[in-house]
Parts: sequence; C-alpha cells; structure tokens
Amino acid sequence: MLRLHYNLEKLSMGMVVGIIVAASIGGAVEIAPLFTIDETVVAPDDLRPHTPLELAGREIFIREGCYACHSQMVRSLADEIDRYGPYSLAGESAWDHPMLWGSKRTGPDLARIGGKYSDAWHVAHLLDPRSVVPASIMPAYPWLTRSLDTRVLPGALATLAVLGVPYSEAMIDRAETDALAQSRPDSDAAEDVLARYGDAVALRSFDGDPSRLTELDALVAYLQSIGTLTAAAQEELEEAGK
Amino acid sequence: MTDATDPGRRHSAGHHGGDRPVDPVTGHETTGHDWGGITELNTAFPRIVIWALVLAFSYSVIAWILLPAWPLGHDYTRGLLGLDQSEEAVREYREMERARADWLAPFASAEFAALASDAPLMARAMPAAARLFADNCAACHQAKGTGGPGFPNLVDADWLWGGDPEEIAETLRVGVNSTHPDTRVSQMLAFGRDGILPAGDIELLVDHVLALSRGEDAADGPGAELFAENCAACHGEGGVGGLGIGAPALNDGDWLYGGSPGQIRTTLRQGRQGVMPSWEGRLSPSEINLLALYVERLGKGNRNEARE
Repeated sequence: MLRLHYNLEKLSMGMVVGIIVAASIGGAVEIAPLFTIDETVVAPDDLRPHTPLELAGREIFIREGCYACHSQMVRSLADEIDRYGPYSLAGESAWDHPMLWGSKRTGPDLARIGGKYSDAWHVAHLLDPRSVVPASIMPAYPWLTRSLDTRVLPGALATLAVLGVPYSEAMIDRAETDALAQSRPDSDAAEDVLARYGDAVALRSFDGDPSRLTELDALVAYLQSIGTLTAAAQEELEEAGK
Repeated sequence: MTDATDPGRRHSAGHHGGDRPVDPVTGHETTGHDWGGITELNTAFPRIVIWALVLAFSYSVIAWILLPAWPLGHDYTRGLLGLDQSEEAVREYREMERARADWLAPFASAEFAALASDAPLMARAMPAAARLFADNCAACHQAKGTGGPGFPNLVDADWLWGGDPEEIAETLRVGVNSTHPDTRVSQMLAFGRDGILPAGDIELLVDHVLALSRGEDAADGPGAELFAENCAACHGEGGVGGLGIGAPALNDGDWLYGGSPGQIRTTLRQGRQGVMPSWEGRLSPSEINLLALYVERLGKGNRNEARE
C-alpha cells in the first residue's frame, strides 16, 4: 500500500486523479443520499404554488438582488424562532426554482414577512426606505413604479410545470389575465384567480393604484405571500410544543 | 551536471526503506535526494498529529453510533441519542417562554386596571414591551410612536378606534382592513374617482375642512351642507371625530394623510383605506395586552396636556 502511494506521488497526473477520487467520496456520501432519503424535502399537503403576479414579483426580487441582503430561512435555533416565527421547512420551498433561502442577512430575514406590514408600508419602503425606517441602509427602488411586463409569465409557468410545480394548462394559458385580475378584485376574472389558486390568495391593488399594473404590484404581492403558501411550519411548531 | 540532478540516479539512490544517508548535524535520516549539495531530512511524522488522527477517527465511530449518520436508501440511521436540531430549538424556545412567564403570563388576564397598578410588574414588563414595539410596530408608527403620512401618531390625543387598553388590544388583535375575519373596517370613499361628488363640490369640501381644522365657525359656510350630508356620518357633526369607527377628527391640526389643500383634495378624490395588520397569531394574547398597555402609556403626558 505504502509502496503504491510512493509510486503514485511520482506521477503528477496520477496524483491529481487520486486526489479527485478521494475528495469526491466525501462529497458523494454527503450529497447523493439527499436525493434518495424520503424526508429531505416533503411538500406539505396544503402548499399552493405562487400566482402569476406573485411569481412576477419573485422574478423582480431576484432581478434586484434582494436575496443578497435578505435571507428567506428561519434557522432551527431558539432565538430565530423567537424573533421571526416558526423555523423554515424545506418543503415550504419545494416548488421554488431556484429557492431563495440565501445565506446573508444585511437586512432582516423575510421568511415570515407576509402579512406583517401593510401594502402601503411596503410601497413607501421600496420607493424610499428612509421615509418609514429612518436608520435603514436599504437602497431605494423608485423605478418599480413602471408597468409590469406580463408577457413572459405563461412561459415561466410552463417551465416550472416541467420542473414539477403543479401549474395546470389553464393556469399557464391564463397567466397574464390572472396577473392583472389579482390586482383588480372587482373584475370578473378575479374570481377565476381564487378558483385556480385557492381562497387564501390576496386580491387587491397592492400599490394602491388600481388603474395600472406595476412592478410594485407584483413585488408587494410576492412579499405579502412569503410564508403564507402553507401553514405547515406553524403547525409543526405548535405540534412540537405539546 | 552532477549525479544528484539526474532523476534516475536520485530515485535509485533514495530507495524506499533502504539504507539512507544520515544527516550529521541532526542525526536524522535524509530522503536520499540531493539538490546540488542540499539534502532533505526524512523526519518522522509528528506523533501528536498521528494521535490527533486516531482520536478523530475514534470519535467519528462513536458519533456514527450516537448521532444521525448513515444513509440507508430512503432513510438514514437515527443514532442512539435521537438528536434532532429542530426539536432541540423548540425545546429551548419553550424554555425561553417559561422563563418569561412570571412577568408575561399575568398579561393574559386583560384586567388592564389591575395590571397597570402593579408597579413592580410594570417595571419588569415595560422594557420588554418597548422591544416588542420596536420589533413589530416601529416600522410604521416609528420608534417613538409619532407615526408618519398614512401611519397614525400614537402619542397625540387622537384615536381612530379608541384609546383605552381594551380598544387598543382589540385593534392589535384583529387589525384594521386586515385579512382577519373580525377585522375593523373603515373606508374613506373615493368621492372623486368613483363619481360620488362633482369636482366643484370637492373644492367646497376642501375649503370647509380647512376651516374646521383652523377652528373657525364654518356652520354657515358654502360647504356646510355638503359636509353634513356626506361626511358627518363618520367624522361627526362639525368634524369632531372620536366615534371609534376609524374616522379621524377634522377639527384639529392633526392630519393622517396631510393637511395641505392638495393632500385633502387627493384624499377626497381617491379615498383612503389604511391597513393595520392583524397581530393575532404573530404575537401571543399576553404580548398583545402588554403592547396595548405600552401604547396607551406611550403618549400619556402629551395627551394630558392636550386635554387641559
């Protein structure tokens, strides 16, 4: 054995291959089982997919790099539960591609932000963070008042459907209409959004101006939906307390 | 040039396990390699590192038995200790809750007068209430409760839904125009946008409301009748407010959405429907009651001055 190693050390390419093989074993035994173990990601029964408007907001969240400063994962630590709420479950983001857990918190975690503040607060905070949080170091995003481009939504839903998100044919076909209808609760199409995505979906003009569908509408709709797609985390925490 | 730089010779000279030259200074064997007169000591691997490796490997065997470790297809070994980090976190969290119970639990009662008169309890609980306020309320109402455009001031004499701790606790619990099934609901109609009043009438109302806020007697003014017909039901006769239905008083200098003619015109045209989220579920009933007492006390000094 030592003899073999002694000779291998003299072959630089052989040594490189040997190092790669040895290092891969470490990776393979840690990563590969995650694809076979059943409880790695368990999608909760009550999980609903994002509506097209929320999905558009999620794309804006990614585009603006929000994830660079805001994580979306409450870690399983007592202090985190105390500050943010129930710890995050992998299943909560089973249908997120890519997931946005993040690893850096320049700003606070957002995994339980949905419903914590009003739409008006989010609008004011995105357009001018210092107007509501004087000590904030978050940049302003004044351009979010521009109109939302919904043309990519059917394609986005279709792609996610390929990846296993349960978007039906109707959801894909009506994605653009649904995005607009979610911001217009009085429109006839609004009922269809609830029929397709469930009664828990928030129907309202998120930026306060029902006459236009803006990027703010989408981003605020997304922010208000974070952590509300399933009650599994809340239930698990309550269950664990008994 | 020399024999020592020739790889072939060097390797044959340094035969593994064979007789190697000994360095005269240290007494250690050398590797037998010779780079122009410089040789390399073949010092033995340090014992301490070998022991550290042995310890690490031994621990890993123990850890495999005690902790979750080995994948088994669809499952994995749980380990004898049965440790689960999320269970541990919840246990520690419950311990934190228990540690607070001696001063937080009494607030579950909602006997606000009795709670407020218990000085030692309040001294213990109010700093925690300040933290709760900073974490949850200050984003909209600001650190000192002074509010901002669209977000009510909590330290002045004006209350939209009542300023008793009972009323404040209820507002915290269900919110205003929130998603809670029992939410408090209030809406300033969009008199302009929804075509309820013509633009000329809105101008008359802007002037009338401004006169009210200056404390002028506008009862015979041109906007008085319009005000009585359209506004007094919620804002009270003469705009005195205080009906506990979310409509602010208009006969003072305090404004929720701004008091310039332009801002009042916008409010009349587009309407307002401010939202206060429901805190039930996010905060415990005890925390809500604690915050209600905190908010009630927040501007008591100011309010007493205002009443005098």
